[in-house]
Amino acid sequence: MKKKSGMLAAPFGIWMALFTIVPIGIVLWFAFTDANGQFTFDNVREIFAFDPSKGETLWNDSFVSTILYSLWLGFLTTVISLVIAYPLAFSISRATERVQLTMVMLVMLPMWMNFLLRTQAIKSLLSESGLLNQFLGLFGVGSLEILNTDVAIVIGLVYDFLPFMILPLYSVMVKIGKSEIEAAQDLGANVFSVFRRVVLPLSVPGILNGITMVFVPSVSTFVISTLLGGSKRMMIGDVIESMFVGEAPNRGVGSALALVLMVLILICMAVTRLADKSESTEEGGFAL
Amino acid sequence: MKRWLALLLCMVMVLNLTACSSAVPEDATEDEAEDEVIWDWESLPAAEPTGITLNVYNWGEYIDDEILDVNSAFTHLTGIEVNYKTFDSNENMYALLSSGAAEYDVVIPSDYMIGKMIEDDMLAPINFENVPNYTYIDDEFKNLEYDPNNTYSVPYTWGVVGIFYNTKYVDEADLEQGWGLLWDEKYSGRILMFNNPRDAFGVTAKYLSDGDKQISLNTTDETDLWACYEKLKEQKPLVQAYVMDQIYDRLINNEAWIAPYYNGDACIIMDEDEGNPDIDFFVPHQGTNKFFDAMCILKTTKHQEAAEAYINFMCIPEVALANAEYIGYATPHTAAREMLDEEMCNDPVYYPNEEILARSEVYVTLPEETTRYVSDLWLKLKR
Repeated sequence: MKKKSGMLAAPFGIWMALFTIVPIGIVLWFAFTDANGQFTFDNVREIFAFDPSKGETLWNDSFVSTILYSLWLGFLTTVISLVIAYPLAFSISRATERVQLTMVMLVMLPMWMNFLLRTQAIKSLLSESGLLNQFLGLFGVGSLEILNTDVAIVIGLVYDFLPFMILPLYSVMVKIGKSEIEAAQDLGANVFSVFRRVVLPLSVPGILNGITMVFVPSVSTFVISTLLGGSKRMMIGDVIESMFVGEAPNRGVGSALALVLMVLILICMAVTRLADKSESTEEGGFAL
Repeated sequence: MKRWLALLLCMVMVLNLTACSSAVPEDATEDEAEDEVIWDWESLPAAEPTGITLNVYNWGEYIDDEILDVNSAFTHLTGIEVNYKTFDSNENMYALLSSGAAEYDVVIPSDYMIGKMIEDDMLAPINFENVPNYTYIDDEFKNLEYDPNNTYSVPYTWGVVGIFYNTKYVDEADLEQGWGLLWDEKYSGRILMFNNPRDAFGVTAKYLSDGDKQISLNTTDETDLWACYEKLKEQKPLVQAYVMDQIYDRLINNEAWIAPYYNGDACIIMDEDEGNPDIDFFVPHQGTNKFFDAMCILKTTKHQEAAEAYINFMCIPEVALANAEYIGYATPHTAAREMLDEEMCNDPVYYPNEEILARSEVYVTLPEETTRYVSDLWLKLKR
């Protein structure tokens, strides 16, 4: 029986091998070889190279500061998404089944549209003559310059990735029984203790999955900063792209950057999991 | 009374209707005369399908598909199918072609990129016996620096870089600063800048050229390039956004007032209906970049002759005219230029005068170290 069910994963296994394992192998190959195919660390070294004689430090090195900037925007996006998504997911999970279905569908609705199109829409909403500023104008509030700033990028990222935070949270919270909450209340817990000692620990797997699903794509995103941020600062995804199709393409450094980013994201994820482990009561959660 | 009124109204309406219907054919002929069918290729017999498909790679919005519909005409008359794809930057095009991920036959890059592709041995020499219409190309555009013996390319368009500005918001007197307009704090937040290092550094080099100190667009001197970087950094707080294709929307919606770009796009940006008629264009006095886009055949082609036929087709006066009218960029084709609408032909925006051209420079292929250095500085600017 066990063997047979293992076979069911074969299609995914093949898919994974072809489109995940092999590409990662190619990235590794490019990152650690030079133009002649010889093994080298130069590509990785170049990312962290800086010239103190020109007043450069590790922190204002082009690559390092771009990575930090992307991690920062990813962090902001994740926190804001969590703050918005958590109460919403909880209230959805407490609603009647019919309402739940409708609400989940509404959450998924924007995802039916291409993300590029949605980003374009956000762009025109936030622009100087856009709907937001027209609306604010009704109240005599001067037009806000949001477009072409970091704020616009974060708004765009939150908008694009919010469903990925809501859905895992909801799918965990919906399993928290009404009786568990009632039991806690019967034992004299007030609203805060119910939240802190029952709801929160039970929803940790959802939080972790949500964080992963929002943080990872928002750190490595590209195009959004060009569209919403006026391309004033590149995100690491844009830099990696430019290393392949830019003026001075260098796929070695591009691959090394992708690799460094991957490692950094893994570290961030590991730290989050470790930090939450003590609070976690339930193992697993749903697979990514 | 009322009945009469109703009857009268009916009469008027009927009269109107007949008047309208009788006017229809007249209008149509007039319209046709206005649109003027440049070349009625559809009435010519269609050629037998050859089974050949030609892969053509060109800039976006860079071929007529309305006036004459060039690609359909070519297929109709030659029986060769055209698989037409577009790119948005020389670098993207180069990355795709050099990776070997796509096979194209005809490609239309810019000057310095053609030079680079010749260096990389990516282009096939053209057999000019198969391109007799090459004689229509003005001698001025033959044997240019990027292809000194004119073996690999047939010029398609040319143009210059200048500044688009909104006459409603930008003081005419400020234009005297030339490129300095892009650094004018008065217009902070309303200035757009090129989102590619080559053009951004080129413009800055021209801005820094003053009297004795002339910096070439093609400078390889690292101190000059560093000076350009410092200038760009100084400009950054004033810049609304670094953009390429987005410039159309932003200028047309009055979101931005000043933007350096290619003159040929005036026909989109300054269009009276779909563009913004408040926008004007000028070429700064410090000099500028003159560029050429030319048709080339890739070495990997399996249909060299079909590709040559395509290039020859593009040089048929009627086709070149349709392209010139549709794209807006200046044409190097003598016959097309003669037939071109005089208004456009004499417009200094599209066909800059000798004086401007004398002050302009053509990009050459830069050595790899310089490209890398510029791209490092570009990253530094955008960190």
